[in-house]
Amino acid sequence: MIALDDITIGYGRDILLRGASCRIEAGKATALLGRNGAGKSTLLRVMSGMAKPIAGTVSVGGRDIAAMRPRELSRTVSLVTTERVRMPNLYCRDVVALGRAPYTNWVGRMSDRDYEIVEQSLALVGMSAYARRTMDTMSDGECQRIMIARALAQDTQVIMLDEPTSFLDLPNRYELVSLLATTARERGKCVLFSTHELDIALMLCDTVMLFDNPSLLCLPTSEMLACDRLAQVFDTRGFDMRGYLRSFAARQGRG
Amino acid sequence: MNAATHHGSTTCGRRGGMAFAVLGVLLAVLLAVDLLTGDSGMSPRDLIAALSGRGEGAPLAGTILGIRATRAAVAVIVGAALSAGGLQMQTVFRNPLADPYLLGISSGASLGAALMMLGLPLLGAGLSSTALSLGIAGAAWVGAAAVLVAVGIVSRWVKNILGVLIIGVMFGYVASAIIQILQYLSSAESLKLFSLWSMGAIGNVTAPKAVVMAVIVAAGLVLAVISIKPLNLLLLGEDYARSMGLDVRRSRTLIFTSVTLLAGTTTAFCGPVGFIGLAVPHVARMIFANADHRVLLPGSIVVGMDMMLVCDILAKNLVLPVNSITALMGIPVILWVIFRNLRIV
Repeated sequence: MIALDDITIGYGRDILLRGASCRIEAGKATALLGRNGAGKSTLLRVMSGMAKPIAGTVSVGGRDIAAMRPRELSRTVSLVTTERVRMPNLYCRDVVALGRAPYTNWVGRMSDRDYEIVEQSLALVGMSAYARRTMDTMSDGECQRIMIARALAQDTQVIMLDEPTSFLDLPNRYELVSLLATTARERGKCVLFSTHELDIALMLCDTVMLFDNPSLLCLPTSEMLACDRLAQVFDTRGFDMRGYLRSFAARQGRG
Repeated sequence: MNAATHHGSTTCGRRGGMAFAVLGVLLAVLLAVDLLTGDSGMSPRDLIAALSGRGEGAPLAGTILGIRATRAAVAVIVGAALSAGGLQMQTVFRNPLADPYLLGISSGASLGAALMMLGLPLLGAGLSSTALSLGIAGAAWVGAAAVLVAVGIVSRWVKNILGVLIIGVMFGYVASAIIQILQYLSSAESLKLFSLWSMGAIGNVTAPKAVVMAVIVAAGLVLAVISIKPLNLLLLGEDYARSMGLDVRRSRTLIFTSVTLLAGTTTAFCGPVGFIGLAVPHVARMIFANADHRVLLPGSIVVGMDMMLVCDILAKNLVLPVNSITALMGIPVILWVIFRNLRIV
């Protein structure tokens, strides 16, 4: 589905990734893991066409995204950023309806089909009851779900999310990632998100992309757990990362 | 729930329809009051009588009404233009205190006017009064457009909207500095002329000039309508807007062009009329309780027309510059916005 070829990203002389290549399949949830400042957000921006890589190409379904017009790109990749939209008088349903923008006319006229998709998207994230609420009255978790419903309404093959789990408590984090994983598997979408929640990512995602600067490692979750790279990247003095990952893998195996 | 019931459910609804009806009636009433009041010496009753063919002085009444109709039309045009411009700027900059003059349009217009009114006399060029009044409007318009084109060119290299804002404010300061130098060098007579212009006046616009103004403002409003969908997407910020297929840079250019046509034109003909562009969008948000520009743009335009007519009626009957009235009416709204924002944060 998504192909990264020889991607180099960074700022000026500061190279974060050099010549990274990988493939991400449809119907899979992929977690993007890495230390702070490793370049997770930058890579997501590059992969969603918001920023240009220093070198290399990103293609979705065989099409180079750099060659896509804005409208075509917006029908291929949707993005949920870390930005919190807390605007008074802005209704949740209207935010989700904005997701239909790539398909509506110059003034944003919605068809019956568009309204149907908006309601389905709200239902999928369990926010139908919030449709008439305004964005300034929502909690972080609720806000995040509305933005995800908006991405679902955009009806793209690829959904990318930048740290969707930050600011959420444990139950909310778990539910949110489960939702993303289910969406990927049941709707055949390619869901890719960056996160700092190792355990939840390893427990619920099919694939893990690991930043080991300046290279990028992309493996199925079980293989990633089996190799030592995660422990190397997140190695911390005073915390037994290897032991933690080993016991985690053992628990996963029993589960 | 049936999808069909959601048509426009959150976008307008009963509240919006009622509000438009009330504001429309209010507009008609205010227009009538504006036409019938003033310091002509003819009472409203005499005017009505003269118009309906009874009583005397029908020609005089016609003249008076003609002048007042032009003035009311100018007030309506200014109200619509500045409100639509202010709404667009507040959304583009995602800042509740943004107004149509944010990018230096009024400084640019003032510079243009100052070059005509202060600069030319300095060079020893005397001007006939009509040439001067037409020239001032033209020069002010060119000045406003020049500042915006300059901001537009420089902001091509600036991705962040905050950078565009800083550049705009800087250009504004440069223009103000040049104006100050011109003022410093000028005679008392041309200084007074310029300071009267900068107080804003909607009574000095003649009917032919009002027509020119209406045509340019109408063009600006058409661009504003074309910007409705981009503006709605920009509510979520530039990144989200881009990810939903918006060409952000092109939309910015479209919106800034619209604001130049709207605010540049009103400033050129009436001087910088303050606070309407800043306050009216907030009043419209309060009335319509909706962030959707399909409601908010027409809403702001109608509220702006109403508010400008109120200001004109007050200015006319109290014999004060319209700018001081708009400030007195606009400042409470701005304070309200600030306090409300403080409460949320």
